Amino acid sequence: MSSSPSLTAAGVSITTSNGSSLSDLPPILVLRPLSDAWSSALSAKFTVISPSSPLSTSTHAALVSAAYNKVDPALLDQYPSLKCIATTSVGVDHIDLEECRRRGIQVANVGEIFTKDVADYAVVLLIDVMRRITMSDRYVRNGLWMTRGDYPLGSKLRGKHVGIVGLGSIGSAIAKRLEAFGCKISYVSTKPKPTVKYKYIPNVYDLATESDILVVSCSLTKETHHIVNKQVLQALGKEGIIINIGRGANIDEPELVRCLVQGEIKGAGLDVFENEPDIPKELFKMDNVVLTAHQSALTPEAMSDIIQICIANFEAFFAGKPLLTPVMAD
Amino acid sequence: MELLGVLLTYPLFPYLEQELLRRGCHLLRLYDSPENNHLAFLRANAASIRAVVCDTHVGADAATIDALPCLEIVSTFSVGVDKVDLVKCKERGVKVTNTPDVLTDDVADLAIGLAIAVLRKLPAADRFVRSGAWKRGGYPLTTKFSGKRVGILGLGRIGLAIAQRAEAFNCPISYHSRSKKHHPNYKYYPSALDLASNCDVLVVSCALTDETRLIINRAVIDALGPQGILINIGRGPHVDETELVSALVEGRLGGAGLDVFVNEPDIPEELFQLDNVVMTPHVGSDTVETSKSMANLVIANLEAHVMGWPLLTPVM
Repeated sequence: MSSSPSLTAAGVSITTSNGSSLSDLPPILVLRPLSDAWSSALSAKFTVISPSSPLSTSTHAALVSAAYNKVDPALLDQYPSLKCIATTSVGVDHIDLEECRRRGIQVANVGEIFTKDVADYAVVLLIDVMRRITMSDRYVRNGLWMTRGDYPLGSKLRGKHVGIVGLGSIGSAIAKRLEAFGCKISYVSTKPKPTVKYKYIPNVYDLATESDILVVSCSLTKETHHIVNKQVLQALGKEGIIINIGRGANIDEPELVRCLVQGEIKGAGLDVFENEPDIPKELFKMDNVVLTAHQSALTPEAMSDIIQICIANFEAFFAGKPLLTPVMAD
Repeated sequence: MELLGVLLTYPLFPYLEQELLRRGCHLLRLYDSPENNHLAFLRANAASIRAVVCDTHVGADAATIDALPCLEIVSTFSVGVDKVDLVKCKERGVKVTNTPDVLTDDVADLAIGLAIAVLRKLPAADRFVRSGAWKRGGYPLTTKFSGKRVGILGLGRIGLAIAQRAEAFNCPISYHSRSKKHHPNYKYYPSALDLASNCDVLVVSCALTDETRLIINRAVIDALGPQGILINIGRGPHVDETELVSALVEGRLGGAGLDVFVNEPDIPEELFQLDNVVMTPHVGSDTVETSKSMANLVIANLEAHVMGWPLLTPVM
């Protein structure tokens, strides 16, 4: 078959060796910037449609991300042909799920891709705060081991009560890891999980009362906004530690800072904040907190897996099969 | 334990000192006299000293033991006995006790904490955030811990505790030990070099002996390679520190988590520039809870000795 390259709205049309045109590949509307790895992976199987293309309004599938996109009625009006949206995140608080359901749009996230990396990060933040790894590394790098001598003692993990806020796949993976260190696990969740061996506690306040360490690993919803508030922090108490790998807004941040400043809780390991990348300055002066840049999921292994799962979801959609990692509105 | 003369070689966990005093021990503090005067101090007090309590900072070497003719027992506030001259003690009939088991959890916790902290570059990320750099862009990707192959040098109490924790992260476990153990899930390698060639995270958790001194040499470090990391919660002298530093600086080794060093507290300054290195000041067993347990064990051993009961944790 002869080929005559023609410029389509999506770009240059190229004929492949079996005679099909690359523009025959199913179109995906891409609403976020693409790295080289993404571009080449997507272009191998799909036609990448940009937002400025006239084809954007007739495209059925779209790729979005939590950092760049808010999938609200306005956006959905802009691209009225969408029937499938895949987000490159686990969290879907940037997507109006109810509106998507109303319009018959299927939504996919990346499922459990990040679970292990986020769980690992929660555990290392916990060990770090308890055993003062980052603080004593800083002490050593500042030459203080030579001049001031031994670093103050940390806290043992075995026997400590860990309260997990949100026992989804990440919370469960955290629990499984911490059990190996001899921690006693309790949890709060939207519903108790009868098949799970850990102790269910009906609310976060009671969980904090019983816990030495609170780990926040829930998604951000109206219900979980500031779920860790002043009362919960008071209940956690002077010897208590909090780890957050959920969302900054799960915790009342000004209250958290106040408790840390006043010594009303003992320490914190925080990967997320209410107003990233702005972080309360008071935290920078503290030796009993570990601060990281919303990076619990950011491993090269996970990044590669994200691309694969998004592609797999799109392929399923175009084949009329169920999505691999669908998200439903509640 | 009334009037038991006890030499303390280094400032102890305060609870231990208080308890010894409460039981009526007569304490002599070696560290109260300047180092060049230590031998004179020992000789001056030799008649009173029947017990030595030492630790990983200052042990009980041949010169110390020789200076103390009334010495009956050395209790080290550690599980490692590399700073106690065991040969001299055996010659003199001096009993030796250490503090095994009570610190196993803490050391294993730190080993895993260091491993994840190195791979995920935790202290560097904290530095990044505190510097304000996050406003200009995110922190680069850091490699996953779960599923990495963990190789353990020395599958004793601590090595086993490390293995059990790593299993919870789906890490395949391999080890090298003086003898092969019966572990269906853990793969044995006949040498440290073979182990290093087949793992991503190599953890040193064996005792320091003549056989294991410098067991982590250039060949082992090269076998571990630019994607591999070394975790040392054993002793500094297990590792050829000069080779380790140059391998890290040159990128021939992927990273290191170090709780122990050859010349504590003096650490090669080249390490301070590296984001793929995490250093802690020999804190393996340094928790309030474990220090208290170790102290109680030291006291219980000294009491058993005085009362003529079997020692709780004698070193053979």
